[in-house]
Amino acid sequence: MRVIIMGCGRRGSALAAMLDSEGHDVTVLDIDAAAFSFLPDSFGGTEIVANGTDVDSLRRAGIEQADAFVSTTRGDNRNVMAAQMAKHIFNVSRVITLVHDPIREEMYRSLGLRTVSPTRIVAQSLKEALLAEESMPEPSLSRGEAPQGGNEG
Amino acid sequence: MIVGGGKIGYFLARQLLEDQHEVLIVEQNAEKAAQIAEDMGEIVMIGDGCEAATMERAGMGRADMAIALTGDDEDNLVVCQVAKHKFNVPHTIARINNPKNERIFKMLGIDATISSTGVILAHIEQELPSHPMIPLMTLKGGGLEIVEVKIPPDAQVVGKPVKSILLPQKSLITLIIGADGQARLPTGDTLIQAGDEIVAVTMLDSEDALRSALTGMPAPQRY
Repeated sequence: MRVIIMGCGRRGSALAAMLDSEGHDVTVLDIDAAAFSFLPDSFGGTEIVANGTDVDSLRRAGIEQADAFVSTTRGDNRNVMAAQMAKHIFNVSRVITLVHDPIREEMYRSLGLRTVSPTRIVAQSLKEALLAEESMPEPSLSRGEAPQGGNEG
Repeated sequence: MIVGGGKIGYFLARQLLEDQHEVLIVEQNAEKAAQIAEDMGEIVMIGDGCEAATMERAGMGRADMAIALTGDDEDNLVVCQVAKHKFNVPHTIARINNPKNERIFKMLGIDATISSTGVILAHIEQELPSHPMIPLMTLKGGGLEIVEVKIPPDAQVVGKPVKSILLPQKSLITLIIGADGQARLPTGDTLIQAGDEIVAVTMLDSEDALRSALTGMPAPQRY
C-alpha cells in the first residue's frame, strides 16, 4: 500500500515506522525537517518537507498515486483540511485523520471523514485503567512487604 | 459574525456597523480585541473562533452570515464548515491566502471565497495576452461562471461561424468584443476573428474544454 502521512511528530513517525517495517511504501510530510529525527534509522520511506494543506505539495508527495492518506498533526484544522483535499480533490480511497477536539471530530465524522480522536481514546483507556486498578487489591509494597513474584516459587 | 479581528476584520466591521448591521468579532488576541472594543464598542469577544463552544457562546446560531478572516486558510475553512454544519448559518464567506485553495473551499460548500492574492493575480492576467482565458465572475448556484477568452491568430475557429464551434455542454457564447473594441451580439452565423474577445457562460468544470474548443490550446497545468 502506498501511504502518505502528514505530520512527523510522535504519532506520525510511529505510524510511519510501523507501516514501513511491514513493507508498505511510506511518504512522510512535515513542515519542519527536524521532525524527521523521530523516525528510526531503519526507516526506508520518503521524507518530504512540505505543507500538507497545499495541493502542489501534496502532488509533489505523490498523492495522485497514493492508496491512503493519514493526517496526524497537532492542529485539527490542518488535519481536516488536508484530509478533505485528499478525499475530494485527489480521490484517495482511504483517508483517515486525527481530530483532537471531540466536537469537531463528531462533526467531521458526520460529514463522511474517517476520524480518530486521541482525546476520546486516551480518556477511555485512562478510565479503564483506573477502574481496573480499583477492583484490584492494594499494592503490597505500600504495606511494606516484599515485592510479589519473588523467588518463593 | 466575523472571526479574526486583524486589519480586514477591523475595517470590515466598521463599514458594516456604519451600514446598520449587527456585528460581532471573535478575536483570540486580547490586545487586538481591546483595541476593537475601544474604537467600536462592545462588539468583540475574546476566544478561539474555531471552537464550537466559542461559537455557541457568541451566538453563531443566530448569525445570518459567518465571515472567516484569519490569516490561516485551514482555520477559515473550519470556521465556515462548523458555522454551516453545526449552526446552520445560511451564508459563509472565507478569506483565502493560497489562491489554489479556492477549489477545495468551493467543493466543500463555502458560499464565497475572497483571495487578495487571486484578485491581484487576476488583474495581472488581464494585462497579459499570454493567458487566453480569464474567469470574470462565478454565478450563484449551479456551478456556472462567466469567462473571457481571447482568440489567438492561429486558432482553428478563426473565420468560422459560431454555429460550427463544438462547445462543451451548458456553455454559451454571449458576447464578442472585436479587436477594435466593438461589441457584437453573436448569432449562429457570426464569424470569429483573430483577436476577438469572447465572453461566454460555462460550467466551472467545462472551463478547460471551452478553452481548447475556442483557442485550440491545451489547458495550462492546473491544480
